[in-house]
Amino acid sequence: MEEEKILDALRQACPDAVLSAEVSLGDAVAVIRADSLAAVAAFLRGAPLRTDMLLDLTCVHFPERPEAFEMVYHFLSLETQSRLRVKAGLPAENPTIASLTGMWKNASLLEREVYDMFGVRFEGHPDLRRLLLYDGFEGHPLRKDYPLRKRQPLIPLRKAETK
Amino acid sequence: MTTRIERQARPDSLLLNMGPSHPAMHGTIRIMLELDGERVLASEVEVGYLHRGFEKTCENKTWFNLLIYTDRLNYVSPLINNLGYVMAVEKLCGLKVPERAQTIRVLMSELSRVSDHLTALAAMAMESGAFTVFLYKMKAREFLWDVIEQTTGARMTTSYIRVGGVRADLDRDYAAACRKAVAETRKVLKDVHGLLDKNAIFLDRTRDIAVMSREDAVSYGWTGPCLRSTGIPYDVRKARPYLNYDSLDFEIPVGERGDNFDRYMVRMKEMDQSLRLIEQCVGLLEKMPAAPTTDPAESLPPAEAIRLARRQKPVRAVALSPNLAGSGKNVQADIYAQAPGFVLPPKDETYTTMEGLINHFQYFMKGHGIRPPKGEAYCSVEGGNGELGYYIVSDGTDRPYRLHLRAPCFHVVAALEQLIRGRMIADIIPTFGSMNMIGGELDR
Repeated sequence: MEEEKILDALRQACPDAVLSAEVSLGDAVAVIRADSLAAVAAFLRGAPLRTDMLLDLTCVHFPERPEAFEMVYHFLSLETQSRLRVKAGLPAENPTIASLTGMWKNASLLEREVYDMFGVRFEGHPDLRRLLLYDGFEGHPLRKDYPLRKRQPLIPLRKAETK
Repeated sequence: MTTRIERQARPDSLLLNMGPSHPAMHGTIRIMLELDGERVLASEVEVGYLHRGFEKTCENKTWFNLLIYTDRLNYVSPLINNLGYVMAVEKLCGLKVPERAQTIRVLMSELSRVSDHLTALAAMAMESGAFTVFLYKMKAREFLWDVIEQTTGARMTTSYIRVGGVRADLDRDYAAACRKAVAETRKVLKDVHGLLDKNAIFLDRTRDIAVMSREDAVSYGWTGPCLRSTGIPYDVRKARPYLNYDSLDFEIPVGERGDNFDRYMVRMKEMDQSLRLIEQCVGLLEKMPAAPTTDPAESLPPAEAIRLARRQKPVRAVALSPNLAGSGKNVQADIYAQAPGFVLPPKDETYTTMEGLINHFQYFMKGHGIRPPKGEAYCSVEGGNGELGYYIVSDGTDRPYRLHLRAPCFHVVAALEQLIRGRMIADIIPTFGSMNMIGGELDR
């Protein structure tokens, strides 16, 4: 089975990084240690898997878990048409993970969105700012402790700049 | 608060705002340009003007109720957006959809794909000055939307594809309407080919403008027509066939250079293929045995049926109101999965039986209804702009724990800064047009 092969290759290449690897509903899913994301990504990019596309990058907030933020990466290899989901848990206090901006160009915007919505910081991101929301927005709306109908303070009018 | 471009700009250059509401750019997006004369030295794209908190809203709606929000993501092809969400839920629940419903879904997806491409290219052509092309394409889109409206009752916000199947069977006259729409669209495509393919003005603004290399397209996560314009034949319908795409005959057109013209051409050729698929689906559906129909004159009005059912189940069929047409008991097995609890019971059952009434209430009651088992699923379909993926985490309750949309044009727009660097201001317009930025799915 294709999915099992990918997971086996990953287990062998990064035995310390992979916490668990299984096929879930037909998708290959690997849970890794957050500090080894860069190493795992580097392995995925190279031979034999040649995962050339970062399909998606997002996060899920589980406030009751010790590792409250779960980063979810979806990879695709155009050559072998294989897919892999990689997950990594981050602590509730100061969640930080390595940035993938050096390897995939779309990672920059995707990581900004996760920073915007969850407050996860990405080490090595060249320009980590809010993406969809505005500067001056308080809190991170996709966290579970952010109320659905929370009101935001009005942002003060900017003074006209004179030269 | 200064933006990146304000900090980095050369002292002698001009900073100019394009958007967020610019007449030649459909959708709200702001591009900050650093200009030297008319040449773009650098730019910064700011997105989020249409952010409506789609993902947060979905976490607070039941699995059934949030379907209507998926319509509003890509408002020119809402049916494909319905389909992506519904298939992700079906993957979690392990539902098997009957063949007729699958074929209807393919038919609806392809109608949407053609109208999506028509809209994208119409806007691109109009912004490059070809207003006739715009009108021709809008005309063709009307015929396609007539077919969609006939069956779903709406043109844009359809909510037609439901968990487990489709809302109702096709309208009785769908085949004739489909054939007419296909014939009219073919005529329009021929006209548009004649108007644009060798048009010097159009070629000047698109040929070799904003060229994307294969490596960069992949690195930016491009999918759909934009990726295929660079020559990579990746299409979810072929790579991971869903519904019954693997039994249908169609090709994947690819471009060579990855410039604006190729992005236009790939979309044009894809419409040809989609029209072929529509014809095949109509052929398949006509071969399937039609469900027995009931004579409206012979059937009971709902109030009468409910009154009679208090004593015993009426023998005569129930006349459903026109907005429920095609969703009666007689077609239920053809258009819905046999999965009680996951699909809505037919309305005539609700009117006449106690079980039907209980099922109906349970389906909509808070804490009941569709409750997929704990788990997570990523499911993707080929949208108008590329791979449209839904990542859903379920905690076993009546609403999703987390729902994330992989919007195809998010990744395409990420490359805009690179594509317009070093080009003229006028090049931004066709480049932006060929990307088909859709604010609804970009900003969610």
